[in-house]
Amino acid sequence: MLELKNISFEVEDEIEILKDINLKIDTGKSTLARIIAGIVQPTGGQIFFDGQDITGLDITERAKLGISFAFQQPVRFKGLTVHDLISLSAGRELNQTEACTYLSEVGLCARDYIDRELNNSLSGGEIKRIEIASVLARGTVLSIFDEPEAGIDLWSFKNLIDVFQKMYNKINGTIIIISHQERILKIADEIIVLAGGNIISHGQRDEILPRLLSGTDKVNFCPYQKEEA
Amino acid sequence: MDAIAKELLKEVAGMDATPDGAYNIRENSACAGRNSTEQIQIVSKTDKSGIDIIVAPGVKKDKVYIPALVTCSGVHDLVYNDFFIGEDADVTIIAGCGVSTDGCDGSEHNGIHRFFLKPGARVLYIEKHIGIGEGTGKRVINPETYMELEDGAYMEMNTTQIKGVDSTDRVTKAVQGPNSTVVIKEKIMTHGEQFAKTTFEVELNGDHSSCTLSSRSVACDHSHQIFLSKLIGNAQCMGHSECDAIIMDKGVVSSIPEITANNLESQLIHEAAIGKIAGDQIIKLRTLGLTEAEAEARIIDGFLK
Repeated sequence: MLELKNISFEVEDEIEILKDINLKIDTGKSTLARIIAGIVQPTGGQIFFDGQDITGLDITERAKLGISFAFQQPVRFKGLTVHDLISLSAGRELNQTEACTYLSEVGLCARDYIDRELNNSLSGGEIKRIEIASVLARGTVLSIFDEPEAGIDLWSFKNLIDVFQKMYNKINGTIIIISHQERILKIADEIIVLAGGNIISHGQRDEILPRLLSGTDKVNFCPYQKEEA
Repeated sequence: MDAIAKELLKEVAGMDATPDGAYNIRENSACAGRNSTEQIQIVSKTDKSGIDIIVAPGVKKDKVYIPALVTCSGVHDLVYNDFFIGEDADVTIIAGCGVSTDGCDGSEHNGIHRFFLKPGARVLYIEKHIGIGEGTGKRVINPETYMELEDGAYMEMNTTQIKGVDSTDRVTKAVQGPNSTVVIKEKIMTHGEQFAKTTFEVELNGDHSSCTLSSRSVACDHSHQIFLSKLIGNAQCMGHSECDAIIMDKGVVSSIPEITANNLESQLIHEAAIGKIAGDQIIKLRTLGLTEAEAEARIIDGFLK
């Protein structure tokens, strides 16, 4: 359903070339996800969504076609409530019970949260779960999650994994998850390994995961990244 | 009452018809309707323009409506309204002012409201200011609010001014006795060449008194806003003032805090933030399918809700 053709991303200014390399290593995955959502325009290549070339479409147009994006660091708003966000995500005004259903799915005691503002009073973990709930409420055919496990330490991975599995069965579409977590990789159908701005391996989980865990691919992947961090 | 007055009344006080209970409607410097009840007496002042509103002690969950309307151009209204709230009374006061200009002389309403709260009294004061009309005349509203709280009294003031008022200079003062609480929530949005200045001055004179003052404002086009907040701690007290402003286009906002602790046990905080709408906020709402303009409107709407 989603196809990327020769996507590249370079910073124009020559002085920035080196930074570009760093960017690819540190945030190549996030950049790729942002390119799919339309937040970042690629400097080359094409993106096809259900056979349609969407390279020239903006964020709003892609969202309307059925692409959702869960931010690694969710955005905070003074004034907008959790209820507002979930309603905006669903594309219609939800009643309290409907909105609460999505919050319950991400393990939040819905009534305590529904009327709260999306401001700094919410912890990193809370706002992260609300972000995931907003993508659930959209229910689009393609959902991209940028490091969903980051910041939700207190909430078990098992719950997060349940959320993805439930969502997968419900939307009958594709979920792209950017993750470093083995337990999340274990539920994937397909795994794509990115390093240094390139795809270093791509295949079915059963083929890729053992290689990642045994270190066959890790040699090119983790040590290099650790060095940079 | 004509159509313009009715529209203003609905906007300002949410009134569709004559309310039950106590009310006083002021229209173009004259009284357009009044009702006193056994619990809430409204009487005209004899020495100057205005009314006294006397709320009996112990009144529970009552309401009084005091809207003021200026519907003809060229009216420069000045009114003094005094509210005397009896011991342990609990009352909601819906005030506010609507100014319409269809000529070019401009219209002005200057309301001076004073509140005297006896021990244990509770007041929720809701004030809304709007300006409408096609005329080029300036719509000017300069409200003054003064509150005096005795032991354990509580007063919450919600003041809103969204668009339409060309010039406003608002002064709000509170003098607090022991165990009293003041909560002030201000919301302002200015457009065009509008100017809005708000000054808050709170004296925390009694032990265990507290004050929370919050202002959220949006300045668009070439409008200009000044927010002054002055908290003076003269006892063991807590004071918190907070100003959040969004600027758009060529809007200008100044936030000027002044906090003075005259007592070692005073705890006073001022927070202020001014900035444009964060780019990330717009991107987030666009990923939910909103256009850029829709996202911006939604963010402003939520901010001022």
